[in-house]
Amino acid sequence: MSVFTRGFHGRRRDDDGRLPPGQYLTDDFPVLSAGPTPEVPLDRWAFTIRTESGDEHAWSWAELTALPTESVTVDLHCVTRWSKLDTDWRGVSLDALLEDVETAADFALVHSYGGYTTNLPLEDLLDGRAWVAFEYDGEGLAAEHGGPARLLVPHLYLWKSAKWVRGLDLLLQDEPGFWEQLGYHDYGDPWREQRYQGD
Amino acid sequence: MLLERRTESPSARTLVLQVDEWAGHLPGQHVDVRLTAEDGYQTARSYSLAAPPDGDRLEITVQRADGGEVSPFLADDLEVGDRVELRGPLGGWFVWRPEDPGPVLLVAGGSGVVPLMAMIRARAGVSRAPFRLIYSVRTPEDRLYAAELRRRAAEDGGLDVSYVYTREAPADSPRPPGRIRADDLVTHGWPPDFEPTCFVCGPTPLVEAVAGLLVGWGHDPGRIRTERFGGS
Repeated sequence: MSVFTRGFHGRRRDDDGRLPPGQYLTDDFPVLSAGPTPEVPLDRWAFTIRTESGDEHAWSWAELTALPTESVTVDLHCVTRWSKLDTDWRGVSLDALLEDVETAADFALVHSYGGYTTNLPLEDLLDGRAWVAFEYDGEGLAAEHGGPARLLVPHLYLWKSAKWVRGLDLLLQDEPGFWEQLGYHDYGDPWREQRYQGD
Repeated sequence: MLLERRTESPSARTLVLQVDEWAGHLPGQHVDVRLTAEDGYQTARSYSLAAPPDGDRLEITVQRADGGEVSPFLADDLEVGDRVELRGPLGGWFVWRPEDPGPVLLVAGGSGVVPLMAMIRARAGVSRAPFRLIYSVRTPEDRLYAAELRRRAAEDGGLDVSYVYTREAPADSPRPPGRIRADDLVTHGWPPDFEPTCFVCGPTPLVEAVAGLLVGWGHDPGRIRTERFGGS
């Protein structure tokens, strides 16, 4: 049961039901990361998918950006409680990247330049729900927002959308990533408010 | 329940809250504060804990964001005896562990000093880890905890505190106002070969700039922990 806070009225904004519980709307684009922003030169950039049997599928920057791209408009929900609606991105869908990858894995551990990791079920990367994104709002993705490329999985809290992404390990068993080892939820569905372990 | 409110600066208040149960926390961790209006409307924000636990008393420091939904209410309107919901402690990365004896560099921008103050307070009397705080503020009156920092630094050779003023410096300050630069870190920080753990907290532009300067100077990116706020 909730405790009422005397005298608090708050400021409601009409969000047409697009705001998950416990979130507030922002028009800015806040930054959250655990350490310094890594610098990733494009001539040494690569995105690598490694399967449970050790097979590697790798794309250079030129190869990745030559693949068919998709433009998507999505809502972002950060576990620190801000949400930003109607953000415009362009990137390559994970369906395209995983198309020729043979795997029996159920889980993915995402790796970033700088050492960040995050885990999610492989099926959450499929069916038009995840992208390797390299443009935001019509411009190249800024380093502080994860450029040159970040994972974009907008149906989960934003820490799953790993900045500075460099690849995926496909795994038969789930393995917790950086924040998931530090008490954050393994799955992170904003509509079920899965912020922390036990939610 | 609010026990006490202290003025830290013209725009910041420390709230001393009494909680029913508390399992303890590490300096650097935060809590979610949830407010519920009489019609059931709820909203929540995260605030860094400003001090180590003291029995059932917790401290947060709230910087009023003009036009904000929550911080002006907490800073100005919440009255002693009023109740809010707290959840925590939260966050397990931006924390200092008192058993770690290594040197520590703290770099704060504005109210980003709050979790770093929790580290300084937790260290007192418990740890001899050498601490240096570089604190960037707009003007002298924006400093939080200024008297306490002066006292702690004077009493304790293991704690150094220096200020960077970005808009207006005191008359006796040798440094002209301006944003934090590499030579501020070189003069008042620890060199990379001391292998300090660096905690940087403040608005995103400051955190980006300082973390970049530290890496450029040779600090191991793996020893630089950042926490950002703002944007909204």
